[in-house]
Amino acid sequence: MRRWLYLLPVLVFGLIAAGFYVALGTDTEALPSALIDEAAPQFALPPLPGRDKGLTTADLKTGVSLVNVFASWCVPCREEHKVLTALAASKRVPIYGIDYKDKGETAKAWIAELGDPYTLIGADDGQVGIEWGVYGVPETFLVDGTGHIRYKHVGPLTQADIDKTLLPLVARFEK
Amino acid sequence: MTAAPAPHPDPLPARGERERAGTKPLAPRAGRGRDPSRQRREGKGLARRRLTGRCAKLALSLLLLLIVSLPAHAVRPDEVLPDPALEARARDIGKELRCLVCRNQSVDDSDASLAHDLRVLVRQRLAAGDSDAQVVAYVRSRYGDYVLLRPPFQLDTWLLWGGPAAILLVGLWGVGRYLRRQARMTAAPPLSPDEERRLARILDEKPPA
Repeated sequence: MRRWLYLLPVLVFGLIAAGFYVALGTDTEALPSALIDEAAPQFALPPLPGRDKGLTTADLKTGVSLVNVFASWCVPCREEHKVLTALAASKRVPIYGIDYKDKGETAKAWIAELGDPYTLIGADDGQVGIEWGVYGVPETFLVDGTGHIRYKHVGPLTQADIDKTLLPLVARFEK
Repeated sequence: MTAAPAPHPDPLPARGERERAGTKPLAPRAGRGRDPSRQRREGKGLARRRLTGRCAKLALSLLLLLIVSLPAHAVRPDEVLPDPALEARARDIGKELRCLVCRNQSVDDSDASLAHDLRVLVRQRLAAGDSDAQVVAYVRSRYGDYVLLRPPFQLDTWLLWGGPAAILLVGLWGVGRYLRRQARMTAAPPLSPDEERRLARILDEKPPA
């Protein structure tokens, strides 16, 4: 009994070290979404200038889709845009865009310069972003055919994120 | 590589110099039939009084600054509701909501644009007739428990809330055990008759010469 007590500090250290080891490499900045498995919020966003269709909740109920929150002022979005454009070209899953707190004309120029991976784009002044629980750009949601949010990715998507996480999820929710 | 240390650049004149400098315009003009040593003494006294006066003023203004200064809020004038009662409720809610951009600031304290949006949203909802709880519940439904600066007591936070109390209890148990053992050790059992006899014998023994 007495002898066992001497091992206690080692045990405590081991537990703490194991905790730190497990936490190593996980992104502690990304917050879990409160909207997972909830119905996507009701919204109707106006289009970018010069376009005739914005984005509404009804658009998301036609099948599994991605909703990408972006902005022309967001630097990581520029990097992510290439990956999104490649995904859109594969026609695997439609991508809807929410242009977050942006100037319409700037966003238009941005799209014209980099290409348009979005099936539809809605311009948001920040109100709809709150509805979606957005706290930064870019953020990407996976919405299933019934209009329920199933997954949220915080930060720019990489090709690995799409191949390893998003596409398997798309396949799962298409069933 | 041994350079002589440069003399410390002192921006202020030495103490005596400063006092003398302060005295100059105040000192009574010399050559009026007064004892020059007395003049000097008077001058020094005046300067000292002036100096303490300045210190007092400085202290007073610092004190005033402390009393008057209020916690800095990021709430912009154009956000403030005309109804002071509603605004007060909005402030109470804003204090409890975390700004998710800066994480460790409340929505009221943060300059982030998301914080601004949330402040506006809180005010819109209050103006529309929502109760405080409804407003908080709405924001929580969008951003999760993390948006609350005061975490609620629930299944996944019991360790957070109960932890300190649990550590205190374990500590008290440990201290209690220690004290009980200490007491047992100090109160030794009385000697048996055999031990008494042995002790008497030892005490009677003469130390070897």
